[in-house]
This record gives sequence, C-alpha cells and structure tokens, in this order.
Amino acid sequence: MLKDVKTGTDRKVVIRLDNVRRDFKVGEETVHALRGVSFEICEGEFVTIMGTSGSGKSTLLNQLGCLDTPTSGEYYLDGIPVKKMKKNERALLRNRKIGFVFQNYNLLPKTTAVENVELPLMYNSRYSARERKEAAIEALKAVGLGDRLYHKSNQMSGGQMQRVAIARALVNNPTIILADEATGNLDTRTSFEMLVLFQKLYNEGRTIIFVTHNPEIAQYSSRNITLRDGKIRQDIVNPNIQSAAEALAALPANQDD
Amino acid sequence: MNYLNLLKVAVKAIASNKFRSFLSMLGIIIGVAAVIIMMAIGQGSKESVRQNISQMGTNLIMVRPGADMRGGVRQDPSAMQTLKQEDYESIVQNKKYVTYVSPEVSAGGQVIYGANNTTTTIYGESLEYFDIKQWSVEQGDSFSEEDIRKAAKVCVVGKTIIDELMPNVNEPIGKTIRFKSIPFRIVGVLKSKGYNSWGMDQDNVIIAPYTTVMKRILAQTFFSSINCSAITEELTDILRQTHKIKDGEEDDFTIRSQQEIMDTMSSTMDSITIILVVAAAFSLIVAGIGIMNIMLVSVTERTKEIGLRMSVGARGIDISAQFLIESIMISVTGGVLGIIVGWLGTVLCANFGLPVSIPMWSILLSFAVCTIIGILFGFFPAKKAATMDPIEAIRYE
Repeated sequence: MLKDVKTGTDRKVVIRLDNVRRDFKVGEETVHALRGVSFEICEGEFVTIMGTSGSGKSTLLNQLGCLDTPTSGEYYLDGIPVKKMKKNERALLRNRKIGFVFQNYNLLPKTTAVENVELPLMYNSRYSARERKEAAIEALKAVGLGDRLYHKSNQMSGGQMQRVAIARALVNNPTIILADEATGNLDTRTSFEMLVLFQKLYNEGRTIIFVTHNPEIAQYSSRNITLRDGKIRQDIVNPNIQSAAEALAALPANQDD
Repeated sequence: MNYLNLLKVAVKAIASNKFRSFLSMLGIIIGVAAVIIMMAIGQGSKESVRQNISQMGTNLIMVRPGADMRGGVRQDPSAMQTLKQEDYESIVQNKKYVTYVSPEVSAGGQVIYGANNTTTTIYGESLEYFDIKQWSVEQGDSFSEEDIRKAAKVCVVGKTIIDELMPNVNEPIGKTIRFKSIPFRIVGVLKSKGYNSWGMDQDNVIIAPYTTVMKRILAQTFFSSINCSAITEELTDILRQTHKIKDGEEDDFTIRSQQEIMDTMSSTMDSITIILVVAAAFSLIVAGIGIMNIMLVSVTERTKEIGLRMSVGARGIDISAQFLIESIMISVTGGVLGIIVGWLGTVLCANFGLPVSIPMWSILLSFAVCTIIGILFGFFPAKKAATMDPIEAIRYE
C-alpha cells in the first residue's frame, strides 16, 4: 500500500512489476526489449508511459495488457501473478480487468456504437443480452455519445470512433484502462477532447495507463514513466496536473480551409 | 460467447459480403442440386423399370431353347428346335408347379387391311397367355380352345393395329386382316398397355392361336419359348425329364424369370446412379475447397478484428467457433438452396418426360454432407484464426 499523493490515504496497488524482463529471439541474436522493469501503480492513478520507438514501451504495454508474459520477473495484475498463466486464463483476465483503447480505434466495421461497446461483454457469460445493452448504453453516455447509440462505425468521425472505443474499454468496469497512443490518429482539437475525457475518468477514480511518444500529454497525467532501452529512466509524480479542458478552451477556433 | 451470438455474428459476416458468400455457396448449390437430380432420375428410372417389368405379367418365367454344341460349334439359341409340343404338354400335366403356361411362336411381317398396311409381329399363344400377361380383351373376346385345336385363322389385335389399319372403322370385330397373305378374322381387341421401358409399343401385336401361327405361317413344329407364371425351380426338372437329359449334362434350354430380369435391370440402374452421384459428390468436395479458400481470405481480412476480439477476452475456442459456424452456415445455406434448385430441376426433368422420384434420404444425406463439408473445410481456417497472436493481429495492416 502506498500513500496517496492527493489524499494521503492508503491506496490499493493494482499493478506491480517485479524486475520484468522480456527477450526476443531474432534469428541467432537475442533482443532484450525489457531489461528489468519494476514499478507499482495504485488505483486511481493516471500514468503516462513515454519513450521513443525501440524504448520498449510497446513490449511493456503488451505485458501490462496480459497479451504477453515476461521472460523473467513477475507481473501482478490486481494481485494476480500473470507469468505462469495460460493463454485462455489471460484472455479471461483481460476480459474482466482490462479495457483497451487503441490508436486506430479498432471498431468492428458496419456495426453500431452499442454493438461495438457490447463486444467485451459478449465474452462474459455473466451478462444477459439486456444487461449487456444497458451497460453499453451507460458507457456510451459516459463518453458523451448518448445521442449516437445506433450510428454505425463508418458513419462517425475519428473523435466519435475513439469515444466509442473508450466506452468499450469502460463497459466491463475494468481495473485498468490501457490506452495505446489513443490520440495518435486525431487532430489537436480532438486530441484535447479525448484528454478531457480521460481526465474526467481519472477524476471519477479510474486507473488509466496511457502509452504515448508525445511528451505534451505527460503534463495532463498524474504520473509519468519514461522508458529508454528497456529500462525506466524516469518515474515522476506530476504535482501540478494541467487541465485539458482549459487547454482545449485556449485553442484557437477551428479555421476552415 | 453463446451460440445465439455466434450465429448472429456469422449471419452478419455473411450478409456484409453477400456476393462473395453467394459465390462460395454456388459450388455447394450446384453440387447438391446435381446430387438430388441424379438420385431422383436414378430412383425414378428404377421404379419405372420395375413397373414396366411387372406389367409384363406376374412372375413371368420364360423358357427358351438353350444353346447347344453341334460338332464343336455353339448354335444360336433361336435356331434351336428343342422346345416341342411334348414339353408344353408335360408342363401342363404337372400343373401343380405352374399356374399358367403358354407356348410361344412369333413371326414378324406386314399386315394389310384394305388400302392400309403396317408392320407388326404375330404371336402364336395359348389362351393362358392373357392371364400370364395380365392382358384383358377390351372389345369382343379372345379365341377359344376350339380355335387352337382347329388352328383357326382368328386373332386378337392390339390397339395400335386398329389405329393403323382401320382408323375409320367403328366395329373392328369380325373384320378380316391379312398377315403375309393369310386372312385372319379379328375376334377381339386388347386393352392398351402403352410403351414398355425399352420403348417398344406393346400394343403393336397380333395374338393368334399358337397352332395357327406354327402351321399356317411358320410351318414348324417347335416353339420359340414357353411362358409360364407362378412357377418353381422344379420346372427345370420337368423339362430335363422330358428331354431325357442325364445328370451332369447341360440343359438344352434356359429359364429366365421376371424377378431375375428385374434384378438385372435394377442393378444396372443402381450402378449408373452410383456413377452419376459419385461424379456429383466430387463437385461437392470442390465446392468445399472453394469455401475453405474464401474462409482463409476472410480470416486474413479480419485479422484485426480477431486481434481485437482476443484482446477484449475472446479465447481461441471462441474465435474458432465463430469461423467454424460461419463456414457451416455458408455450406448449409448453400445446401438448402441446392435442395430447392435440385427439386426445381427434378420438376423440370419430369416435365420433359423423364421418370423422377426424389428419395427422402437423398435430401437428408445432402444436408448432412453439407454440414460435414462446412466443418471439414472450415476447420483449417478456424484453427488458423484461433492460433493468431493477438499482439500481431491487432497491429495487422
């Protein structure tokens, strides 16, 4: 348990990496993508993970998302050790504890917003069709798409699609939300809109891990971890979180070409 | 994911690529339709052959002169003169073995009435011939025992003869027609039987007392065959005794029963049907490969979707079930359409006069085969999808 920076109370550790290493065999050579990474993330943190390409941040994201397992070391997600888990067990863990937001939205084509958001619950037999739909609608309302429930994915703008993707990440009420360059494909204004949304979720107490190569985003998060060559170079708590909403308001109005 | 959801996903995937799905179904549709039509024609022909043969008469047994060796040369059976009046009489005497018996001689030739003529066959028979052939006389009467004894120049004619020779005559009974310059008085007209399975007009016949045909037309003392009905194997013994054939010697006659003919015809039809159905079944395998091809394309195309589904918690088995159900659905839908097309094709064949009959089991079989094809040829693409690495799949471009 760590002391909360904001409130000073004890908070639950949801992610603990214990000297995680990940090696890849490329032909004869072994590439060390992660060379012993250790950190803890508590419930309710908004962490940005930064690094240039080749720094190991994608590998780290795969570890955190239980898509991959460490070569050595151990990763505990919500107290559960992941390293020895089988593929299907990890699939179940992802389904219950992780919400993914991808750079290119990854919505199902020609499918309505509600159906897209329902997707994670499809693989959870505890939800009935009605509960699934209710949860999806609620999640879409939370991201401000209450009026576009039945729009198909190809009828939406980039920002709207990313909102649907965020709603999909929220719908299973996950322990962590993992965003992979979630603003990478969006223009500045829409990117800020997304950051406003992430900050809103942060303020609601959700745990967000935002992987990006854009250093600007760090100032809107509560903590920033920087990777280089597979190691943590910097891990700093941001005492002065900028408001994305203010930054958005300060942006010059859209200029039509 | 439960089955209802899997079905919904499969329907959606098929519907979103309607034309492609239809093309991959086409192979199955054509294959199944071909199997159904082939089976229907095969079954229909078999039934029609059976029907035609049973029209020949009940339990017909034909005794014909057998081939004999004369100076080391096997003779043509029709040239043999082994079936004589004594044979006929001895069969009649041992009537416990046979219900009906009739000797037969026949001659082909021209028959004339007035200015009209036609070519036909005159059969010399006994009275029981009408019972053996289950042939009734529609107008007039058949000839009598008296006519047989006296070798009277009377005859019973088939419908075709009347149509050809006396189209405008209202009352053919009592008219005299001439066969090879010999006048025959018509005493009766046979009920029409139509064509038999070999395409022969069964009504193009003249039936006269066998004595008349033997003495007045052919001038011979032997029969070309003896037709019997409801008879046992013991017929052979009767004939062997009459012919004084020693044990171990060859029969100088052959006995063919109607059942035998029917069996031969049936097995011929069966083998033709099997060949046709096997050919059609091959097209189903080709169709299955087509489905596999499309499913592989579909899996590759939807790599990203697979990656996404896996990252939100789909297990390998969920993914493989999704693609397996999709391929089963394509092939079963194709199968159902194929059954409909096959049924329509069968109706069309029936309109062209082909004997058809769709056996129920062929529909069930097609259905089962389609499901198996869906599973078999969907398995590999489904496995490919299920074993994808979610990390690579989600970033696939």
